[in-house]
Order: sequence, then structure tokens, then C-alpha cells
Amino acid sequence: MQKFTKDHEWVKIDGDVATIGITAHAAEQLGDLVFVELPEEGKELGKGDNAAVVESVKAASDVYAPLSGTVCEVNAAIAEDPSLVNSDATGEGWFFKLKLKDAAEADGLLDEAAYKQLIA
Amino acid sequence: MADAAENGDQQRTPLYDFHIENGARMVGFAGYEMPVQYPRGILKEHLQTRSMAGLFDISHMGQLSIVAQSGDLDEAKLALEALIPVDILGIQPGRQRYGFFTDENGGIRDDLMVANFGDRLVLIVNAANKAADEAHLKQHLPSGVVVEKVDRALIALQGPKAEAALARLDADCASMRFMDVKSLKLLGEDCPVSRSGYTGEDGYEISVPNEAAARIAHALLGMDEVEAIGLGARDSLRLEAGLCLHGSDIDKTTTPSEAQLNWAIQKVRRDAGARSGGFLGENVILQQVRDGVRRKRVGLRPEGRAPVRGGAQIYASEADGAAIGEVTSGGFGPSVGGPVAMGYVGTAYSEPGTRLFADVRGKRLPLDVSKLPFVALGFKR
Repeated sequence: MQKFTKDHEWVKIDGDVATIGITAHAAEQLGDLVFVELPEEGKELGKGDNAAVVESVKAASDVYAPLSGTVCEVNAAIAEDPSLVNSDATGEGWFFKLKLKDAAEADGLLDEAAYKQLIA
Repeated sequence: MADAAENGDQQRTPLYDFHIENGARMVGFAGYEMPVQYPRGILKEHLQTRSMAGLFDISHMGQLSIVAQSGDLDEAKLALEALIPVDILGIQPGRQRYGFFTDENGGIRDDLMVANFGDRLVLIVNAANKAADEAHLKQHLPSGVVVEKVDRALIALQGPKAEAALARLDADCASMRFMDVKSLKLLGEDCPVSRSGYTGEDGYEISVPNEAAARIAHALLGMDEVEAIGLGARDSLRLEAGLCLHGSDIDKTTTPSEAQLNWAIQKVRRDAGARSGGFLGENVILQQVRDGVRRKRVGLRPEGRAPVRGGAQIYASEADGAAIGEVTSGGFGPSVGGPVAMGYVGTAYSEPGTRLFADVRGKRLPLDVSKLPFVALGFKR
């Protein structure tokens, strides 16, 4: 089940683990990424907390935790090569996985149709 | 992730349609809708300019023509020397020089190029300051020296292949050296051109009639060597080249000595020079040229991969102590392959190789004072 936030993150939920990244639209808007700072594994994040930082040539932007939970895995490949986020935002360019505190929180996220409408 | 702000009453340059046709992303800059990047993106645009040639619309910049009613250009040159601490009188016909308007406190109102086209001087000034610069000139210049806005587009063609490209329109461009100026004939139009730029590469800045701007831009863009480049890459190119951006690296609170721009103040304008002083802020500026300054603009190389941006505070210690400086420009240098920055630090910390720390999101990240520029300059001297 793939969901979205108005802050241009995508969330893929599998049981009680959510994989999180930024949308292709966001990556395109940011332009060429040159730096990604990921959260540490084991870090507890509340919904809306700063979770990661992405920097393009031009500017830095925050990536927020779309749901509450504990960081259980991060994608070191994008820290090594931030251009993966530009080339494959919803695949190889994922950011981190959260072990969710409350799966029901996901009900508040946008579905694909609502997100598409947001960026139209 | 923040969305881009909506643009209000922005002006458009004569190349607006050209940008849209080429898929530019437009942003507001100094009151104009300008291309920040084209579909290839800032990294590729930057590297294109370093290896081939890039076409930039810089029509937002101010072009001012200055003549003396008497017909004696020396009168205009000497009058300008009251506002610019540079040997203007010594700028020969066909040559251009870098300079800056100073203020009473020795600060930098704007930086600019002054070109001598024989019958007139032409000033190229920053977009954000052009109205203030024109007013400043009109306020201070004597009545016999006349300032006029030049309402033309301005195109920069930059990169090692710029000469080969422009030579197809007028072969005379090849005989120009760095900081020469000349009138070229491009597609039938008389175009004042300088061999200079803001990228650290060889190249030209070309003043073209508004109505011919798109035709000339298309002709250049149609050449294999040339791609359109936006303001994003223009900024990373100039940063790697160690060139100041007015409003960030220099402004009214920084002096020429602090900004390490003393090279632009020729001996004839310094102590014991034939035309020493006689410009706004001369007491502060000449005293600093003589005795040195307490802080200096330096290059900074962050050790890690995180860009360190303008506004970041600089510390001598990783753990404690008050700030000893501030980053004024910083980002990722595509040709360097890592983050680069410049900023001001206390003179005691300004030697290349000095290890310092910059606050980025609450962490003090290591960075080293570095010589400027960060890349080899490609000027054809």
C-alpha cells in the first residue's frame, strides 16, 4: 500500500514497517541532489519530526517523518550516491524504514489520487 | 519539502520566450523572471560550461553608458574616479577593468565592470543594484558628464569553446584578449562585446539589441558546443572561480581590503599615487590598504560531503568558543566534486590550511581555509 504526504514523501507500508522516500515530483523540483543526511538506526521519530536532510546544488531541505516509529534501516547507498534519488526516487532512492508505533496513523496519509491532485 | 514561492510583479527579459521554449524552470531574481536551470540540470550545465560552452541570459544586469558633453572622455573618467577607487583614467580604448562603488564608510555599494569603447564608458552593474547605481551616479557626477541606461539584452557565452562558437558569427572575436572590449557584427547587428565573464572560464559578454536577442541566442544555441545555462550553474561556477557575489560576499558592511580586492585598487589611487584618494570612503580604504584588516575573505573547503551554506557561523574549535567568522557563499562545486564555500574569518585564522569548524544544523563540521580560486581559471590573457 503506497501513500503520500503533502510534504512530498511517499510511504510504502508492509505490516508494521514503512519504507519512506521522497516523490519523483519532489526530486525533480529539488534538482540534482548532492548530499543526503539519513537518520541513525534506532532513532525514535515522532510524526512530523525532522528525519533526513537533502541538499541540491542550490539549497537544503528537510525530510519529515510521515509517521511515528523507530528507524530500523537506512539506505546508505543514497548517502554514497545522492543522484539515485533523482534517477529512481520511488525505488533505489528510498531513504529509511520505520518500525511503526501505530499503524492506524497511516489512515491520515494521502492516497495516490489525492497526491496527484496536490501536485497538479 | 517547501514549495517555490509564487512570483509577483516580475519583469521579463527579451529572452523570456527563449527560456520557456528551452524548458527552463523560471524563478524570481532581482525583480526578473529568470531561468534557474534547464531540463539537463545544474550539475550538467555547470560541467558543460567548464568543458564546452554555455549561453547565459544576463539581461537583468544593468548597462549604463557614460559620456562627457565636452567630447573629452577623460572628463568622464576622472569624474568616475570620485566614486570608484580604481585607475579609470588608465583604461585604454578597447579595454575593461573590474571595480566597485564605495560608500563614505569604505563599504562596497556594488561591484562592476568599466569598459572604454573609445567614445563612451560602459558600466555593467548588478541587477539588484542597478537603479541605486544609476541614481548614485546622477547624484555625484558633474553636470557635464551624462549617464544613460542602455536598454539592450546581455548574453554571456562562457567556456573553452566560446571563441570557436562566437567566431562563426564574427571571426574578429578571436583576436580579443581577456578584458578587451570591441564592437562585433553579429547577424548584422552592432554588438559591444567584452572578453570576460563570471564563471572563471574564457568567454564573452555580448550586448545585443532587444529585438535581436532571441535570434542571436538561437544562432548560438544551435551550435554543437553550446547549451543554455541557468542562474543555478552561474552561481556554482562563480563560486568555484572565487568570484564575489554582491549582496552575499561583499556589501556595504565589507571593505575592499576585507574582501581581498586590493588588487583592483591600482597604485595611482593609493597613498603617494598621482591620484591618491579622492573617492568615497578613502580614509578607511587607504588606511586598510596600508595597515591591513582584522578579518579577511577566504576560501573554505568542508572536509565532509555536506555543503556549508551562506550564514553558517565559523568557529576555531569543534567544542566551544565564540564565532570567529561567517560563511557568505557556499554549496556544492561540481568541478571540484565536493562542497566549497567562502566567507570572512579573523585575520589570525586566514592562512590556507587552517582547520576551522562551521555550524551546520547544530553540528560543528570541519573545514579548511583554502586558496581561491578552487579551479584553474581559463582566461585567455
